[in-house]
Amino acid sequence: MSEKGFTQKRRLLSAADLTIEDVERILNTASAMKEVSTRDVKKIPPLRGKTIINCFLEPSTRTKTSFEIAGKRLSADVINISATGSSLSKGETIKDMARNLSAMKPDLVVVRSQYSGIPLRISEWIDCAVVNAGDGRHEHPTQSLLDLFTIREKKGPLDNLNISIIGDILNSRVARSNIILMKLLGANITLCGPATLLPVCDISCDNNRPAGLVVDRVTNSLKEAVTGADVVMMLRIQTERLNEKKFPNLREYSKLYGLSPETLKLAAKDPLVLHPGPINRGVEISPEVADGPWCVMLDQVTNGVAVRMAVLYLLLGGGSASNA
Amino acid sequence: MADSSVILTPVKMRQTITRIAHEIVERNRDLNDLAIVGIVTRGAVLADRLARELKKIAEVTIATGYLDPTFYRDDFHSRGQEFEAKKTDIPFSVTNKTVLLVDDVLFTGRTINAAIAHLFDLGRPKQVQLAVLIDRGHRELPIRPDYCGKSVPTQYVEKIRVRFKECDGKDIVVSGLTEKIPDLD
Repeated sequence: MSEKGFTQKRRLLSAADLTIEDVERILNTASAMKEVSTRDVKKIPPLRGKTIINCFLEPSTRTKTSFEIAGKRLSADVINISATGSSLSKGETIKDMARNLSAMKPDLVVVRSQYSGIPLRISEWIDCAVVNAGDGRHEHPTQSLLDLFTIREKKGPLDNLNISIIGDILNSRVARSNIILMKLLGANITLCGPATLLPVCDISCDNNRPAGLVVDRVTNSLKEAVTGADVVMMLRIQTERLNEKKFPNLREYSKLYGLSPETLKLAAKDPLVLHPGPINRGVEISPEVADGPWCVMLDQVTNGVAVRMAVLYLLLGGGSASNA
Repeated sequence: MADSSVILTPVKMRQTITRIAHEIVERNRDLNDLAIVGIVTRGAVLADRLARELKKIAEVTIATGYLDPTFYRDDFHSRGQEFEAKKTDIPFSVTNKTVLLVDDVLFTGRTINAAIAHLFDLGRPKQVQLAVLIDRGHRELPIRPDYCGKSVPTQYVEKIRVRFKECDGKDIVVSGLTEKIPDLD
């Protein structure tokens, strides 16, 4: 594994921390981990004696449960902390809280925050491994890894696959991590959404641009984005992050950017529809599509546990055997 | 010492596998009770070979599965990143079966220990038997094979390389201090 490998840094804060080899290793390990979830006894021993703290400072159902189940299936001791039930609600700073947690000698801390960059700062204040479980509008690397795993499972390698990411790109940490990793694996990426939700300042189609995220196409037309797409990734309208009106109303958004079975007919044969959840049913995705055969949302959730097991396992030193 | 020496030639290797299969038939009265589980990667190939031999000899199709004990290893934290876990694929219940665990080389016994721990997380076999192609000694745990192709006294630092046509292009077993495999063609 390269020096840049995330296991050497003992952290996964951004998709940019990962090399192609890292991604391959995580996805292959997740493949082996997935079998554990199908057993009667859903537990294996590699992280026995390890302590993982899930520090979720922002509400979450899927990701929090997924990390908790992943840690427990690996036999780690998992402790959950939320902002409301912690001393943060008494006025303690995040730095003080992090340093106190570090003093209890955990092996890994999973951080979720509504503010971008908090996992990075926490990783500077504590000694153990850190995983970013979603920070503000910045990144959500494990969600991206589970998306890659789901796509690879259903469609094979991502090389030259046409992937369209549609919706609230501006506020989407899932989109940011996915753009980085999907480009790394050779997919063609189209971004689509209303102009007010496309962050033109840090996304471009120009490979020579030194900074920002590079994609293959940016469009405001849903039909254009869906046409020929192998994978359509719909994003949730994040009303909690919309501090000003970016479009007239949800009804109009749904009319222009909601995915319906008719629009999906423009896609390539057997398209996959992904959604990071939770869905706004009938807004970004119609019930017929959400409950239809194309939609792999529940596979994403299942795969999320396997991918997070793989990340925890690899970060805490796993993965070897000898000729014994 | 030479770079490497041949332990089993292709012909001898085939004969050895056939002999192990005969011993399995002799020892197990009811082969319908038997299931074979190969330890990936080369134990799995040997498991397939044994299943084919058993079909030839006793005309029974034995359920065969594959197991990767990586997640059960006791040396998990002290080792590096050079090995990648493979899928465990056992498409049958091991409960109340006589499970024949198969590996290519038996060395310290820690892999077999991990494999047995894995197996018991999948169910409760009636009995577990162990078949290996090569027993090279240096046991660190009280584990012994029920069927052994060849016992080879080795130095601890020596390497035993088992190669199968299915995954390596040729059948051969060599020992030595290097990875080098002699060309017998």
